[in-house]
Amino acid sequence: MPELDEAVSRFERALLALDRLMARHVLIERDGLETPLQRVEKLVVPALERIGQDWEQGTVALSQVYMSGRICEELVDALLLPGSADRKSQPQMAIAALQDYHLLGKRIVYSVLRASGFELLDYGRIEAGDLVHRVMNDHVEIVLISTLMLPSALRVKDVRAMLKASGYDAKIVVGGAPFRFDDYLWQEVGADAVGRNASDAIDIVNQLAGGQR
Amino acid sequence: MSTTALNTTAMTAMESQTNMTSLQRVVMTLRCIQRGHREPDRVPFFLLVTMHGAQELGLSIQEYYSKADNVVEGQLRMWAKYRHDCLYTFFYAAIEVEAWGGEVIYSQDGPPNSGDPIIRTLEDIKNLEPPQVRHTACLNKVLQTTERLKARVGDQVPVIGVVMSPFSVPVMQMGFERYIELIYEQPEWFERLMRVNVEFCVEWAKAQLEAGATAICYFDPVSSPTIVPREVYLRTGFPIAQRTISRFTQRGIASPTAVHLASGRSLPIADDVAQTGAAVIGVSGVEDLAELKAACRGKLTLLGNLNGIEMRRWTPEQAEGAVKRAIAKAGPGGGFILSDNHGEIPWQVPDEVLLAISEAVHRWGTYPLDWVKDDGG
Repeated sequence: MPELDEAVSRFERALLALDRLMARHVLIERDGLETPLQRVEKLVVPALERIGQDWEQGTVALSQVYMSGRICEELVDALLLPGSADRKSQPQMAIAALQDYHLLGKRIVYSVLRASGFELLDYGRIEAGDLVHRVMNDHVEIVLISTLMLPSALRVKDVRAMLKASGYDAKIVVGGAPFRFDDYLWQEVGADAVGRNASDAIDIVNQLAGGQR
Repeated sequence: MSTTALNTTAMTAMESQTNMTSLQRVVMTLRCIQRGHREPDRVPFFLLVTMHGAQELGLSIQEYYSKADNVVEGQLRMWAKYRHDCLYTFFYAAIEVEAWGGEVIYSQDGPPNSGDPIIRTLEDIKNLEPPQVRHTACLNKVLQTTERLKARVGDQVPVIGVVMSPFSVPVMQMGFERYIELIYEQPEWFERLMRVNVEFCVEWAKAQLEAGATAICYFDPVSSPTIVPREVYLRTGFPIAQRTISRFTQRGIASPTAVHLASGRSLPIADDVAQTGAAVIGVSGVEDLAELKAACRGKLTLLGNLNGIEMRRWTPEQAEGAVKRAIAKAGPGGGFILSDNHGEIPWQVPDEVLLAISEAVHRWGTYPLDWVKDDGG
């Protein structure tokens, strides 16, 4: 499908150039060819995945990843209204920055997932005990935890231990700098999966959800 | 690039390559990037230990940073123990936001963190007043530490002072998300913030130099291509670094400065960093030291790039292997200082690993590095 590939490339270029109008234009061009959800899945998600991979390769900067996610989130909110039926066929999810006051990583993953049609709870910055309490209260099935500092990454162990002690089974997905610099850290802290870039979260959530979407 | 101040304080006795002091070793390493200069006796080793001083003194991190004398004692004990080639007056990054009136949150097992941003609205930028360095208690503690360390060690070993770059400190002043939006979408407010931050950064660096710092480490992670694209850097972080670093002087002499990207990538901007006035670049563990060495040859000395996060669970053998690989890639010909890749060793890294790293540098870092050729390195 060269035409679709070309559209994804144009959409990606518009995002990296922070050209909101062009990005919107590329999405609107395909009006009538696909449903809104199909446009998200075929155009927005692949573009965000490419941008995430390019960041990991060092050819795209974090500021571009962040701004791309924000632009996509705005565009997708206009296509798939929050709370629409298309957004509901998914596991209950929440995202949090554990302990750290650095919230950028969490915000990027939140934007990328919402721009991909997911809805998720945003717990902001939170301590381990409060996180466990809220996960259980909200019946969260997948909790995404973002960290910047090593001590915060190590606190994921406490989250896992408290969930286990409570007999509550939630999948833990981790991401952030400490996990990028230590390939084994996610296993050490008892996570179920690790994302090396924001768009990894889309695949991971789909896999953990067992194809519910 | 300027190493003038270092050169004038440590020229003597360097013709002999034996029994060099740490300062002589570092100066000679920096001079190696100019053609025709000889290697020093050994690869210099900057073990950038901060919080470990609290462990040495049996204090909590908060107690440790409550008095300059604690940090002086901690740095001296670690210098004796790990036999590295610098003293490091860096307390924690958030100290600069603390100086601007921000909140600092202490942790039992990590560096103090900055709390809620001090800039919440654009109007806050308009009203921002830089702190007066000598009249700000937390900064004064750093200056006292610098003065006392310098009084104890003289010219034996470089005392490294630290500033956050005017371009990177807004991450703590206003939060990363809003700062990225400011860079892209509000250039006038961005410039206004930079003007205030540059003035503070220059005063802060100069105060540390006057207190006895030998060189300044200019932490500038936001300038890394990991964080902003090079084209954005060229119109923001790059000219800001030029106009800031050029004013790091003491009695009219330019201070040697290291630009440190704190784990961020640097290869695409290595040539640009060489034009900021920096003599040294702190490089990331995600990039290849041999490629970096080739890119910086004749322009910048490399500082790096052991993985501080992974270091936590290294065995002594793994530590030795990592040191050997780094030296093999970047050591030949000088222009290389072995260090971690972030500018701060995590609290969780055990003594045995730090001692093993030190042992390995002393064993494998002695020039000439004939073993590198023998190993095919």
